[in-house]
Amino acid sequence: MQNNTLEYVLRLGDSSIIIGHRLSQLCGHGPVLEEDIATTNIALDFIGLGTNLLDYAADLQGNGATADTLAFMRGERHYKNLLITELPNGDFAFTTVRQFLFDVYQLYLYEGLTRSNDERLRNIALKSYKEIQYHVRHTAAWMLRLGDGTTESHERMQTALNELWAYTGEFFAADAVDSELLTNGVAPDLSAVHSKWLTHVSDIITQATLTLPTSTFAQSGSREGKHSEHLGFLLAEMQYLPRMYPDAKW
Amino acid sequence: MSENQWPVWEVFIQATPGIPHKHAGNVHATDAEMALQNARDLYGRRNEGINMWVVPATAITASTPEDQGSFFDPANDKPYRHPTFYKIPDGVKYL
Repeated sequence: MQNNTLEYVLRLGDSSIIIGHRLSQLCGHGPVLEEDIATTNIALDFIGLGTNLLDYAADLQGNGATADTLAFMRGERHYKNLLITELPNGDFAFTTVRQFLFDVYQLYLYEGLTRSNDERLRNIALKSYKEIQYHVRHTAAWMLRLGDGTTESHERMQTALNELWAYTGEFFAADAVDSELLTNGVAPDLSAVHSKWLTHVSDIITQATLTLPTSTFAQSGSREGKHSEHLGFLLAEMQYLPRMYPDAKW
Repeated sequence: MSENQWPVWEVFIQATPGIPHKHAGNVHATDAEMALQNARDLYGRRNEGINMWVVPATAITASTPEDQGSFFDPANDKPYRHPTFYKIPDGVKYL
């Protein structure tokens, strides 16, 4: 039970840390100053949530683990983040669609977690839920603006949507860990999260005059630590300083 | 570059219920929703208030520097226009 909770919290924490780091790479590169600040704020929200979750995971793990050792001393095969979170930012359409698909998933997942039987997980979820609601508002507005924008913005959004769709199946692929935590009332039912997600996402995609992809092919592997080639480069950058100077303090 | 700039919106924040909104600054945005979100990210992240307005800067009519004399100077020698002769009850906070 304890090990499955640890595994589950690591998955949540890793996804938040990695997508937060990805977004933080846009700091100073936003299309306009205001969006640059918004994107960086959202990156900070993800890193904050990831830190809370990895703090919890470290306590479950014991043996002197901390959020820092989990974030900076694990290699890619030990990272459990969803594949979509490690994908490079691409153009602004790609970043927007990636964030939108993930934000809506987080919205319904964490809505469920605010009712978790696990008190610490519940409190972490309650703390982040309002931020997640704001993330959805932010990215949904960009979906509409760019999907229903110019011919070029529409095409770029549709291309990004078609490419990213294959990474959404993994959101809802429940394994033994999810099933056990669902039975114990710790984790929400992923099939319920899926149907809410699909309704919400379809609604915005239609309003944005985009076409919902029909492909059912789904990328997978993150649960076993099998990642795309992109995660290694991301971790190399993210982990360089603490690995090079393990005793550094600031 | 400047012709590519998005329109400017002025941002007003109400700190607590019952007091006027105060000018906080401005943001660039293509529409009202984006202006509100940008304002939230620039001016609302540190518990600044409970309500926010965004107004297109072009909707504001301002007095000019040349107006300053006729608008404001006549008040200088009329201290009775300032309600400094009244006792304010202790309970009144926002006057």
